[in-house]
Amino acid sequence: MTIPLLSLIVFLPVAGAAVLMCLCNDDAVRWTALGFTVVDLVLAVAMLAAFDTTTHEMQFTEKHPWVPAIGITYTLGVDGISALFVFLTALLGWICVLASWVAIDRKVKEFMISLLSMQALMLGVFCALDLFLFYVCWEAMLIPMYLIIGVWGGAGRVYAAFKFFLYTLAGSLVFLIGVIVLYFHGGETFDILALTAQDLPFDVQSWLFFAFLIAFAVKVPMVPVHTWLPDAHVQAPTAGSIILAGVLLKMGAYGFLRFSLPMLPEASVYYSTLMLALSALAIVYGGLLALAQDDLKKLVAYSSISHMGFVTMGIFALNLRGLEGGILQMFNHGVTTGALFLFVGVIYERTHTRSIADYGGLMKVAPVYTGFLALFTLSSMALPGTNSFVGELLVLSGGFAANMAVGTAAVLGALLSAAYLLGMYRKVALGPASVGARYEIRDVNAREMAAILPLAVFVLWVGFYPKPFLDVIDVSVKNLLTEVHGKGSGQ
Amino acid sequence: MDPVISIRPLLAVAVAGLAALAVLLLNKREKLRDLVSPLAAIVMFAIVASMAPTVLSGGTVELRLFEVLPGIDLAFRVDALGMVFATVSSLLWIVAAIYSIGYMRHLKEHAQTRFFACFATSLAAAVGGAFAANLFTLVIFYEALSLVTYPLVYHHEDEEGWRGSRKYLVYLMGASKSVLLAALALTYHIAGSLDFMPGGLLTQANASPALLAVVYFCYLFGFAKAAVMPMHAWLPAAMVAPTPVSALLHAVAVVKMGVFCVLRVVFHVFGPGLMGGLGLGIATAYLVSFTILMASIYALTRDDLKARLAYSTVSQLSYVVLGAVLLSPVAMVGGIIHIAAHAFSKITLFFCAGSIYCASGKRNISDMAGIGRRLPWTMGAFFVASLSMIGVPPTAGFVSKWYLTLGSVQAGEMAFLIVLLASSVLNAAYFLPVSYVAFFGAGAPEGQATVREIPLVTVPLVATAILSVLMGIFPGYFLALAEGVVR
Repeated sequence: MTIPLLSLIVFLPVAGAAVLMCLCNDDAVRWTALGFTVVDLVLAVAMLAAFDTTTHEMQFTEKHPWVPAIGITYTLGVDGISALFVFLTALLGWICVLASWVAIDRKVKEFMISLLSMQALMLGVFCALDLFLFYVCWEAMLIPMYLIIGVWGGAGRVYAAFKFFLYTLAGSLVFLIGVIVLYFHGGETFDILALTAQDLPFDVQSWLFFAFLIAFAVKVPMVPVHTWLPDAHVQAPTAGSIILAGVLLKMGAYGFLRFSLPMLPEASVYYSTLMLALSALAIVYGGLLALAQDDLKKLVAYSSISHMGFVTMGIFALNLRGLEGGILQMFNHGVTTGALFLFVGVIYERTHTRSIADYGGLMKVAPVYTGFLALFTLSSMALPGTNSFVGELLVLSGGFAANMAVGTAAVLGALLSAAYLLGMYRKVALGPASVGARYEIRDVNAREMAAILPLAVFVLWVGFYPKPFLDVIDVSVKNLLTEVHGKGSGQ
Repeated sequence: MDPVISIRPLLAVAVAGLAALAVLLLNKREKLRDLVSPLAAIVMFAIVASMAPTVLSGGTVELRLFEVLPGIDLAFRVDALGMVFATVSSLLWIVAAIYSIGYMRHLKEHAQTRFFACFATSLAAAVGGAFAANLFTLVIFYEALSLVTYPLVYHHEDEEGWRGSRKYLVYLMGASKSVLLAALALTYHIAGSLDFMPGGLLTQANASPALLAVVYFCYLFGFAKAAVMPMHAWLPAAMVAPTPVSALLHAVAVVKMGVFCVLRVVFHVFGPGLMGGLGLGIATAYLVSFTILMASIYALTRDDLKARLAYSTVSQLSYVVLGAVLLSPVAMVGGIIHIAAHAFSKITLFFCAGSIYCASGKRNISDMAGIGRRLPWTMGAFFVASLSMIGVPPTAGFVSKWYLTLGSVQAGEMAFLIVLLASSVLNAAYFLPVSYVAFFGAGAPEGQATVREIPLVTVPLVATAILSVLMGIFPGYFLALAEGVVR
C-alpha cells in the first residue's frame, strides 16, 4: 500500500490543531505548533523530492468516494504548478508560527489552532482535484482568516476583518454559481480533470469566465476590487499578513491557472487583452499608491497589488515565458513579501510604530536587521541577482510578445517599484540615527534569524539558479499551453 | 582557436570579494586591514595579467557556471574588450588602494572599514562585468556596482552627501529599472538569448527596424553609467564622495563600466553591420558629439576642481562611444584605447585634486594660486595628465585621439573631425589655466607654510602620471587588444 502523502500533508496541521486543544501551557502550544508545521514542511520537501518532473499528469493522486449520489469525491493530486505552492505554503507555515511567538500573547492556543487550520485548508485548495472539495476548502479558509484578523488584529480589526470577509464572500458566491453551471454543463461531475477535458460552447465559457474572474480577481486582488487588501494587511497580526500575502493572494492566480485557462480556453484567449490591460492597470496604480504611503505595512500591501499585476500579466500573456514567469513570480512574491511583512512585524514589536517618518538611521542601531532588509527590499524591486528579477524578465519578455503597450506600462510599474522601495529603505535605514535616540532597539534575535534565513536563501537561490523551480512547473505549463491554444485557437 | 576553460575569471572576482570580507573581519586592526586592499589588488592584477597572453593571441578564456534560464547562462568569457577594461581597473586598483590609505589616514576619515570593504567589492563588480559572457551576467555586476558604490558616495553622511548620493542612485537605478529592463526583456523576446556574439546577437533577429532602434536607445540610455546626456547629471553629484572614490570609481571603474556596456551592445549585441544598416551609428555619433561639446563648456564654467574634472569625464566618456559608433575600424580602435588612456590620465587628475585638498583643504581653482610651488610633484603630475587630456604627444591621450581623428576621416565624417578638434581646444581651455594659476599665480606663500606633499598620496599620483606617458610611448598592448576586438 502506498502512503497517502498528500492527505498526510493536508491533515497533519489538523492533527496539530487537535493536539493543541488538549494543551494549556502557552509555551507548550507554541512548541507543538512549531513541531507540526516543521514536520509538514519536511513532508512537503519529501513530496517535491519524489516529484516526477517529466510528466504533466497528476501525481500522488488519491481518490475516494464521498457523496456518490451527486458525484462528489475526495480526490487529491498535484501537478508541477500546485506542487510548488504546496511547498510554498508549508515553507511559510512554520515561519508564521515563529513570527507569532511573542507578538501573540493572549489566546495563544486559539491563535495557533486558527493558524494550523488555515494551513490545512490552504494546502487543501492546492491539492484538491474535486471541484466540490476545492470549493469547501476555498470557502472554509475565510473563517480562520476572519478570526486571525478580527481577534488578534490592530485597533481597526473588526472593520478590516468584516471588509475582507464581505469582499471574498461576494466573490465566492459568484464562483459558486459558476461551479453549479459548470457541473451541469460538464456532465454532472465535480472531477476537475474531467471538467477540463470538456469542450464548452463559447457563450457558456464567456459567462463562466466572468463568474470566475470576479471570484479570483478579489483574491489576487486586481484593481478595482483591491480595497480590502490594505485594510486587512494593516490590521492583521504579522503572521496573518504573511499568510495573506504569501499564500492567500496566490489562490486567485492559481484559480486562473487551474480553472479559467484550461477549462475556458477560448474565452481566456478572447479576453486576454482585457486581462492584460487590467494587469497593467494594477501594476501602475498599485505602484502609485505604494509611492504615497507613510505606513510601512500599507506600502508593502500596495506593492503586492503591483507585483500581483505582474503575475496576472504573465499568466494572460498566454505564452511559455509569460506563464512560467508569472508562476515563478507567485512563488517569489510569497517569499519576498512574506519576508517584508515579517520585517515590519519585527521592528513594530520594538517601536510600536509603522510610520516611515518615525524611522531613520536604523542601520546604526540594528545593522543585521537593515542588512537583511536591504536584501528583501532589493528582491522586491527585482534587482538582477535576486529571485524577482528572473521572474520579471520572463514576465516582461512574455508580456512584450503578447502586447507591446502592456509591456511598456509594466516597465513603468517596475520603475515605480524602485522609487517607493528604495525611498522607503533610505528613509528607514539611512540618515542620522534618529530612531535609536527615541526607541530602545535590539538587533534581530536567534528566533527571528531562524525565520529570516531560509527566505534569504530562496531569494538568492531563485535569483541565480531558478532551474530546479522552473523544472518543477515546466512540463505542466507546456501542457497547459497546449490545452489553451489547442482548444482555444479552434484549429 | 578553442577557448581555454579556466576558473581564473571567477578567481579574479573572488579575490576582491574576499578582500572585502577580510576588511570587515579586521575592522579593529587598522594596520592589517589597510594592508588587505593593496595585496588583493596585486593578486587580482596578476590573475588578470595571466590571461593576457591567451587573449592577445586571439583566444578567449571561458568559464560557464550554470544555466539560469533557457538561453541564459551565468558565465564568464574573457575576450579582448573585457581584457582592456579589466587590465585598467585591476592595475589602477593597486595605486588607488595605496592612495586611499594615505588620503583616509591623513584626513582621519570615519567609517574607514565600510569604505575599504565597499571599495574592494566595487572592484569585484567591475572585473566581473568586464569578464561577463552575456547581458544577464553583465547586468548583475553592473547593478552590484551601483549598489556598493552608493555608501561610498554618501560616505560623509552630511546634508550634501545624502543629496548627492540620492541623485546618484535615482539616475542609475531609475535608468536600469526602466529602459534597461525593457531592453533586456525585448532582447530576450527577440533573440531568445542574451549572449554576446562576435558580429552581433541580433544580426539574425526577425524584428522590425523600428523595434530594434527602440531597443538600442533603451540600452544607450539604460546604461546611465556611460553618462551620455541627458543621463549625465549623477556624475557631478557623485563628486561629494571622498576623492579616492572619485578617482578610481568615477573616473575608472563605474563610468568605464558604462561605456564598456555600450561598447558590448554596439559590438556584440547589435554588431557593426546592423548598427550601420539601421543608421544607428551615425545617430549616436551626433548625440555623443553634443555631449562632448556641452560637457566641455560646462567644465569651463566650474571653479570647483572636482566638478570641472567630473564634467571633463562626461565629455571624455563620449569620445569612447563616438569611436565605437563611427563604425570604421580605426575609429573603433581609438574608442577602445581611449578607455585606458582616459583612465590613466583622469585618475591622475583626481589624485591631484585629492592631494591638494589633503595638503591645503582647497577645492576651488581660484584659491590655488601659487600652490604649485608648494606641491611641485602634485602639480607637475597634474600638468602631464592635462597634456594627455588635451592630446599632446607623447602622452596616452595623443594616441587615442590620433586614432579617433584618423577614424572619423576613414568613416568619411568630417563633422566629427571638427568636434574632436574643437573639444581639444576646449580641453586646453579648461585644463591649462589650472596649471598656470598653480605655478604662476600670485599666491600668498606665508599662508601655505604648512602645505607640503604627503608621500603616500604623492607617490601613486606620480606613478599614474608616468603611466600616462608610458602608454603614449608604448601603446602596443592596448592597441593589440583593440585590434583584436575590431578584427
